[in-house]
Amino acid sequence: MLNPKQVEPNMYRYDEFDARFVSERVEQFAGQVERRLSGELTEDQFKPLRLMNGLYLQLHAYMLRIAVPYGTLSSRQMRRLAHIARTYDKDFGHFTTRTNLQLNWIKLVDVPAILRELAEVEMHCIQTSGNCVRNVTADQFAGATDEEIEDPRPLAEIIRQWSSLHPEFVFLARKFKIAVGATEKDRAALQYHDMAVQIVKNAEGRIGYKVMAGGGMGRTPYIAHVMREFVEREDILAYLEAVLRVYNQDSRRDNIHKQRIKILINTIGPEEMRGRVAREFEEIKRTGTLQLPQEELDRITAYFALPRFETGLSDDMPEAGKDFADWARTNVHKHRAPGYAIATITLKTPGQVPGDATSAQMDTIADLMDEFSVGEVRVTHEQNLVLPHVRKKDLPAIFAKLKELDFASPNAGLITDIIACPGLDYCDLANARSIPIAQSIAKKFENLARQQDIGELKIKISGCINACGHHHAGHIGILGVDKKGVEFYQLQLGGSGAEDASIGDIMGPGFTEHEIAGAVERVVDVYLKTRKDGERFLDTYRRLGMAPFKDAAYEKVAA
Amino acid sequence: MTKLINFSNGKSGGAYAQDAYAPVTDDAALPDGPVLVSLARFQKDRDALLARNTPVGIRLQSSENPEQLGKDIHHFALIALEFPKFRDGRAFSWARILRTRLGFTGEIRAVGDFLYDQVNYQHRVGFDAWEVPDNFTIEMFNRALTEMTNVYQPSSDGKKTIRELRASR
Repeated sequence: MLNPKQVEPNMYRYDEFDARFVSERVEQFAGQVERRLSGELTEDQFKPLRLMNGLYLQLHAYMLRIAVPYGTLSSRQMRRLAHIARTYDKDFGHFTTRTNLQLNWIKLVDVPAILRELAEVEMHCIQTSGNCVRNVTADQFAGATDEEIEDPRPLAEIIRQWSSLHPEFVFLARKFKIAVGATEKDRAALQYHDMAVQIVKNAEGRIGYKVMAGGGMGRTPYIAHVMREFVEREDILAYLEAVLRVYNQDSRRDNIHKQRIKILINTIGPEEMRGRVAREFEEIKRTGTLQLPQEELDRITAYFALPRFETGLSDDMPEAGKDFADWARTNVHKHRAPGYAIATITLKTPGQVPGDATSAQMDTIADLMDEFSVGEVRVTHEQNLVLPHVRKKDLPAIFAKLKELDFASPNAGLITDIIACPGLDYCDLANARSIPIAQSIAKKFENLARQQDIGELKIKISGCINACGHHHAGHIGILGVDKKGVEFYQLQLGGSGAEDASIGDIMGPGFTEHEIAGAVERVVDVYLKTRKDGERFLDTYRRLGMAPFKDAAYEKVAA
Repeated sequence: MTKLINFSNGKSGGAYAQDAYAPVTDDAALPDGPVLVSLARFQKDRDALLARNTPVGIRLQSSENPEQLGKDIHHFALIALEFPKFRDGRAFSWARILRTRLGFTGEIRAVGDFLYDQVNYQHRVGFDAWEVPDNFTIEMFNRALTEMTNVYQPSSDGKKTIRELRASR
């Protein structure tokens, strides 16, 4: 499988310690699988063990969730994922809102072999599920955008290592998700995480970390509270450990729906939480063992060095026809280096399953990564991929290749760039299907001129209240519910997962699967008729409130 | 039936040990010799228990923060931390606090419902004795502690972290 064109990007590489850690973990899990297969472990006992390694039992088969730490993949890793999907699954994978890759049709006996194949390319499934610290996510433009204070991935990697099999925190009350960002513009939905770190500069110009906690979606959505405006660099792990310890000690354990950190913080109040954390933090600092030395930060940061950018390139967008210009308008973003760009590949061509990619598509994307983006790609929480470092003059060639893949939709950030969870088509927890709803809405708004006229509009669909499809954070959110065996879809308006985070308002009774796309269309029409200069859908909604949208949505629905 | 495993034989690895402590229910009379009592019993009979001049152990439920024992902590030779079900991970933090903040140097014993796969984590945060089912062998115990050679985090076991190992290469 050696590819002569393969480029090794600047990203974290395992040293002998990381490699040994992951391979011992694989053998440990292989032993657990064996004990399950032999009957020594009951399913009840095996469950938390397999979950800690990303293995779910779904409706039809086991699902394996592979970690893509802070969304960064090399071409070598992408090719291996394609190979695994081809060999052990049904030739496709699903990129998730946690920037992981899920394989939906896995056999338990194959799992150890898959994990060994992953370990060979420095990947794993450690803590991609279960009541522990999950895969750390980050801004998909990290290292490529000039908006950032610094690349957030070195810190994310440090958090990944610190949280891997942390002995105190692998049997938490519930799952615990951490995200890291370094820009004012939030592309990583920081405020919807159990804990989030934003890299900031203080008044003296020193870089440090703003820590937030208690955000979350699910049946009780909350926006995170600031725990501390500025944590010094060397103290960050001590501070994160303090938050987790307070959570592990003080969270409820008697009701699974009330055991996330958001419930604890909003029960005792953010002020009390800050106090408890501060006390722990001082204690941990005093022992001194978690101080992060500058040398360690420097060592990890060095792995993520910027690639050597060519100089003297034209910074103009190439001319390559209307289709290309349309794509470049939405899917290409400003890069830190002149003559370069960040290109988003939306896995959202209307009619497609959001986030799905076949093995062949993954292989071709790996080729694109090598040829045009120093061997690197990012997975986004909006279930898209990003080529972080491409020369502008190569964009037309990239666009042409993406067209062949059917991944060239010029819709990043537009109404058809829909987030959807796997829903009842796959998921054991779902109450309703998400994928066909996403497909029918995307089809309804397929006309590009209309999409462009509507502008930025984020639709997010979940098939149950667990909210894997982020419906609370959608400008238009859709929640699938089950009423006596029939699927209904509730609308929520006004949510945002960005720096202006808000929780969407519930409109009212749900729509049937045949009504929902029409209701969305009528809501969008209200926006088009009432928007004022430059307003996005979200802005108009915030100005007008629910009433006009609600009236229009139910207009054509029989009482 | 259960057995006790600790490191009392002075060699590397665990060994079966005699449990010197008699568990005493909250309303039973105190027998001679070392006893293991609940928090409620200790709070009720504190002075009498401490006056006996024999070792006293306390068994804490997972909802009982050992910090509430205050200075009394140093009167105990044994603190047993209960796992009511293996999913309840609070005792991992209690053990850590006992060792690093409260400076407790006596025995910390894992009791209740825990899995083979948790023993190493328990060991790392400060447990040094385990009440295990009869079919839990020493060989299993030692394997549990050695499946993962290196660790990323400092904990109560004082084990060198991967970061420290890197620095000393």
